Amino acid sequence: MNEITPASIGLSREDLPNSYIGRSVPRPNVPKLVQGRATYTDDVTLPRMLHAAFLRSPHAHAKFSAIDTARAKAVPGVFRVFTGHDLAKICDPWVATLDHLKGMKSAPQYPLPLNHATWQGEPIVAVVAESRAAAEDGVAALDIEFEALAAQTDMETALAAGTVVIHPELGDNLVFTRTAESGDVAAAFAAAHKVVEARFVTGRHTGVTLEPRSIIADYNPADETLTVYHSTQAPHMMQGVFAKQLRMKEGDVRVICKDVGGSFGIKVHVYPDEVAVAAMARIMGRPVKFVADRFESFVSDIHARDHRIKGRLAVDTEGRVLAFDIDDLTGIGPYSVYPRTSAIEGNQVVNLCGGPYDFKNYRCTTTVVLQNKTPTCQYRAVGHPIATAVTEGLMDLAAEALGMDPVELRRRNLIRDDAYPYTSPPGMRFEGLSHHASLNKLLEMVPLDRIRADQAEARQRGVYRGIGFASFIELTNPSPFMYGIGGARISAQDGCTVRMDPDGSIVASSGVTEQGQGTEAILAQIVAHGVGVPVNRVKIITGDTQTTPYGGGTWACRGAGIGGEAALQSAIALKQQILEVAGAMLQAAPETLDIAMGEITDKASGKPRMTLFELGRIVYFRGDTLPKDLQRELVQTRHFITKEYPFAFTNGIQASWVEVDPATGMVKLLEHWCVEDCGRVVNPMLVDEQVRGGIVQGIGGALYEHCVYDAEGNLLTTTLADYLVPMSAEMPEIHVGHVETPTRESLLGAKGAGEAGTAGAPAAIMNAINDALKPLNARVHEQPFTPERILRALGTIA
Amino acid sequence: MIPISLTVNGEKVVRHVEPRRHLIDFLRLDLGLTGSHAGCEHGVCGACTLRVNGKIMRGCLILAASLDGADVVTIEGISESGEVSDLQAAFVARNAAQCGFCTPGMVMTAAELLAEAGTPTRGEIREYLSGNYCRCTGYQAIVDAVEDTLRSRSAKP
Repeated sequence: MNEITPASIGLSREDLPNSYIGRSVPRPNVPKLVQGRATYTDDVTLPRMLHAAFLRSPHAHAKFSAIDTARAKAVPGVFRVFTGHDLAKICDPWVATLDHLKGMKSAPQYPLPLNHATWQGEPIVAVVAESRAAAEDGVAALDIEFEALAAQTDMETALAAGTVVIHPELGDNLVFTRTAESGDVAAAFAAAHKVVEARFVTGRHTGVTLEPRSIIADYNPADETLTVYHSTQAPHMMQGVFAKQLRMKEGDVRVICKDVGGSFGIKVHVYPDEVAVAAMARIMGRPVKFVADRFESFVSDIHARDHRIKGRLAVDTEGRVLAFDIDDLTGIGPYSVYPRTSAIEGNQVVNLCGGPYDFKNYRCTTTVVLQNKTPTCQYRAVGHPIATAVTEGLMDLAAEALGMDPVELRRRNLIRDDAYPYTSPPGMRFEGLSHHASLNKLLEMVPLDRIRADQAEARQRGVYRGIGFASFIELTNPSPFMYGIGGARISAQDGCTVRMDPDGSIVASSGVTEQGQGTEAILAQIVAHGVGVPVNRVKIITGDTQTTPYGGGTWACRGAGIGGEAALQSAIALKQQILEVAGAMLQAAPETLDIAMGEITDKASGKPRMTLFELGRIVYFRGDTLPKDLQRELVQTRHFITKEYPFAFTNGIQASWVEVDPATGMVKLLEHWCVEDCGRVVNPMLVDEQVRGGIVQGIGGALYEHCVYDAEGNLLTTTLADYLVPMSAEMPEIHVGHVETPTRESLLGAKGAGEAGTAGAPAAIMNAINDALKPLNARVHEQPFTPERILRALGTIA
Repeated sequence: MIPISLTVNGEKVVRHVEPRRHLIDFLRLDLGLTGSHAGCEHGVCGACTLRVNGKIMRGCLILAASLDGADVVTIEGISESGEVSDLQAAFVARNAAQCGFCTPGMVMTAAELLAEAGTPTRGEIREYLSGNYCRCTGYQAIVDAVEDTLRSRSAKP
């Protein structure tokens, strides 16, 4: 079943070796997924393995001192109990700041806090037992007295006089603030024909990976090594983290990713409960497993997007954008999250607002403050959905104020396709984007005339439909300017080792990782293309720090652009080495030979000369027959890092067609379109599916998903029945189109595609809802756009 | 401990279980059948969907102790029997699985829809699958894969 051969994807010998790039090759990983034969971390069982469960803070803010563990230790099956003080003896705390974010501060965080609980759900005490059930019994038998403290929950009052300061040693609750300013904003607003303004809110939400965070740590005291099976996006980074915090050498720590059940940025951070598991394994010299249950996921996976943004936009009589003036405020919980920090999301808002448009005057401030809520950090499309909602929401308000069609207003202001390289007002450098080509392509896909006619006809019947547009930019392929420059040990470089085995099989191991995106599928395509072999002859290895070249992993849309280029360069190097050997064997100049379909061919005639099977036999088993000084290294490693641009920006535009029921406030999604430009498309099917999945997560944030807290800082949405994620029945058909502007930084030319959908969808939906509500003089800018908020905007409820 | 005797994927299984052991843990921890996944443990996400006495159910909402005499089929069983090999091939062709954590449950639910041998619309397929959460795909490819399978089955005599 499902064997992927050149024939099965419509390739002939004549197509090869140059045709795997741009083909919808099915993923070789999928058969095991559909048959239940994948191996996630929780599917791994080790000898003498113990299970951890955590007592989590029932208060948003509290002090605690005495912990009585006697009753817990007496529970059948319970092995040990660990407090913060126990772990602090062998595990150092971490502080999540970045040097290039000037003035940033955060408090030291321990795997388990010593005496200060700062969010409801924070892990406080760990119980280790022979089963998870016994460990939970042990947690229930712990006696700990909390002294509840007043909680700081409202970001608007976080810096007010007399407020609760969460970490008194920091002086206040301010983590970071930055203002980007260029041009003369005040003069631009003074001279404007129209000024529009609005207050936007993006709802705090979270990733909800269907596989919860999972880890098994196994310390072997005999050889002093720590092996960690970890559902993570960044195994090398975690290797460094475990080594540093546990005072070990990196070489003594191995991190292995089995199948990872979704990540979306959730699994690229350092979680105190996971470090605690590693510390406990180190102390006990036995493997310890921890898999978060869904309640724990909601209170301890990072949250994101808790922002309030005030925005103003000035336009002239022609509808040209004169200035954006934005004020962003975000609450990030009690700690900045290690090592990426929780200031990046706000910083991205500053970098990205107004991004698609050509204008001069810009001011944007972000203020990042502490709260007694679950920590926030990078989640899919970090900052982009926020910046896009503000920018595109203001653009639609401006179109209305000008009496101009929203598409026409965008066309007048989008950066011209021949204007690159281009530097945006906050200093982002764009190598090459295609806003106008993307808009034109979108308008070929969206039947706008039919939709407008349908809209007018429906309104006669009291049915309110609307269409909304959102242009966007997306940051991909990050260089060290994202994290490394700030002192974080996060690799922007990635490597790939490609080798040929005796039977002509190709094995490639890569530092980028697979969490379902299709990383391994595209690497196989690229390597097959680069070497010249059928794709079914290529095996890909990822997710093991002991067997793959050092790299950053998969995040920020870097798998194809960075990992893919490393794979391509190493595959090409292997091909050259193979041809050197073949040339010696065939007494031909290497440059007159080629490799196609796994055979050495004469380049000019295409005539087969020798199979790779035969070449492998001689190199590995009869090396004596080759010239003594012949290089025969059938393994090659190359690394890749971007050098010219800090980031490879992509662009795109989305359109959403919705129906709003003014009686109930319910939004029905009718259809959705997206055109995006991620440079070279390696596998169109996988890119389309990344875009669709991203759009649906954007839809979730726009309509359903919300981490709701009460005034005391208790999370109220801790089950999947309370926290709504998109389901199949409510989702629209999503149409995806592409424009390809390859980056010139690499031979492959690929940029990232995983976050474009999430970046633009909420703004498109917001604009569609507001288009639908226009005849009713109602408007919403606060996500999620729940029935309650829509009814409130309509004045139906107070 | 409660003694139970049941059939799992056609094999006779005799065990003693704790009263609180639910079916998903019984399968995963006691029988080593790790294809069914625990996604939420309160019956919402559908990752643990499997077949009990011919009907799909949530493995996390059933106590193993209640299954004496039952006939349980999991993703492992339905894969080995070949009942939905066409559906599974369609999932591969359409890339209807990304991380794959929801996929076994999704396949079990879709298998029941296929067994009904009706001619559902895309909207009805979406409704049928709406008890199974997928966080990666956005569902469209899954609907495509189910629709493709229904179409090719109905085309066969």
